[in-house]
Amino acid sequence: MKELVVISGKGGTGKTSIVASFAALAEKKVIADCDVDAADLHLILGSKIQKKNEFAGGKLAVINPDLCTGCGICTELCRFDAVSPVNGKTGIPGVSINRLMCEGCGVCANFCPVNAIELKEKVSGEWYISESRYGPMVHARLGIAEDNSGKLVSLVRLNAKNIAENRKYDLVIIDGSPGIGCPVIASVTGASLVLAVTEPTLSGLHDLKRVISLAEHFNIRLVVCINKYDINTDMSRQIEEYCLTKKLKVVGKIPYDTIVTKAQIAGASVVEYAGKPVTFSIKKMWREIFYIIG
Amino acid sequence: MKHNLTIAVASGKGGTGKTTIAANLAYSIGYNVRLLDCDVEEPNSHIFLKPEIVSREKIGVPVPEIDESKCNYCGECGRICVFSAIVPLKDSIITFPELCHGCGGCSLVCPEKAIKEIDRETGVLEIGWSDKIEFVQGRLNIGEAMSPPLIRAVKKHVKKDGITIIDAPPGTSCPVIESVKDSDYVVLVTEPTPFGLNDLKLAVGMVRELGIPFGVVVNRATIGDRCMDSYCLKENIKILLKIPDKRKIAEAYSRGELAVNAFPEYKYIFEELFSLISGEILEETEYKL
Repeated sequence: MKELVVISGKGGTGKTSIVASFAALAEKKVIADCDVDAADLHLILGSKIQKKNEFAGGKLAVINPDLCTGCGICTELCRFDAVSPVNGKTGIPGVSINRLMCEGCGVCANFCPVNAIELKEKVSGEWYISESRYGPMVHARLGIAEDNSGKLVSLVRLNAKNIAENRKYDLVIIDGSPGIGCPVIASVTGASLVLAVTEPTLSGLHDLKRVISLAEHFNIRLVVCINKYDINTDMSRQIEEYCLTKKLKVVGKIPYDTIVTKAQIAGASVVEYAGKPVTFSIKKMWREIFYIIG
Repeated sequence: MKHNLTIAVASGKGGTGKTTIAANLAYSIGYNVRLLDCDVEEPNSHIFLKPEIVSREKIGVPVPEIDESKCNYCGECGRICVFSAIVPLKDSIITFPELCHGCGGCSLVCPEKAIKEIDRETGVLEIGWSDKIEFVQGRLNIGEAMSPPLIRAVKKHVKKDGITIIDAPPGTSCPVIESVKDSDYVVLVTEPTPFGLNDLKLAVGMVRELGIPFGVVVNRATIGDRCMDSYCLKENIKILLKIPDKRKIAEAYSRGELAVNAFPEYKYIFEELFSLISGEILEETEYKL
């Protein structure tokens, strides 16, 4: 069972567009959209939800206003600015707990002298098993302001692997999220191969370096794709030279083409929509990756 | 008129142009302005503002350290911890500092006062100057999962007297909330594509839940269709500015150049944007009064 994870560091480099094309090109695979914060892949793959599940990621402190004495201990102990007195420091009972700030640690509930606070399980998102134009897909939606994205990402990955095993498929392709934090770490640890999609800009190179450090930190094999490479061929060259010093393979250099957006608007992947240099480079890149991943 | 104004620049989708807007806005305001780069996982605004960094501070989160000579293995710390960061066994205690959220619960609950909190470094806070623009950024250490504590440290530098521009990370989850909360106004940057619209809707939901007034900047406005205009009209959302999709703009960006420097007309455009935003905030304040 191989897992290919597509990440970028910098947002907007083209991860989802590329994964959509891979979905069209690869056979016998399960697709996982692990960008649980802002999932977009289902928009292109025409996914029909077969099963919807709730994700209970963490807890939330809930106050019973009838029991509150206004002692203020909860406000004092909360490290996350989630608890505040309703009427300011007037000594009038009543606190409000901000659901967006509450981390569900339970300290306020634990130390409330009158047990006016309860720590409750909360539904912080949903995850779905869908059937797409190109096979099974697992994706998710994390609720607004929620944390525990790492847990939801791990759940999506696990379910994608299970489906692959059931259907005797060898490959899971994962669309990751931008950044290098919790959801990205949860997407890449233990993966067979990471594809870092970058763009020929100073920001792109800066962020790529951090992604490369992340892969080194977790000891995962990484290859690079320079998307929209002809926007700045000098920067592309700089990126290639950097990859050379790090002994990292550049598996693809995709030219900029407005047809990529047209394909997205049409709800199609690039390789389905266009028969142009851009399609050719994506197909070439896929062949390279397929060979590397084994 | 307010003495201090905090404008956060956010988006749902990554790569729409938050840093472009934040950096150019700060630069065009030019004085009594501070930029906080809260995208601590991948901070980029320094590429455009090129600040001289004058101070670096290591930022840590409190994690438990157990004095096993005092510990009686009662297990209370394990019971209170919802993150499984402290696991008492029969005659030893294991901690998983990377899972710790720093709530302080274990230390508070320990009957033997055997738990002390120590700082675990998660990143670095850098402060500097670019011309007359004050600059603060956080840079998360590689391998760290949690950005909110470092973002909180950056947010401590919101100006009390002057203008603060916040460059937020992409998305709508807790790092973004941490960056955006308590701002006077949020600029949501988007692009007129299906992905852009899908993610903008999530971002709008977030800002509405936070109860902060907001407007939209449509970047690369000529690449897509009219979906963005229809959506904003229907939702009564103000489009503050539309930036066309021009190769020259992309090329200048790729070289780390500010649009206001590369293209003189953009100086006026960003000044106008700031005027518009100030007007929106004033209107909102008057409405509330």
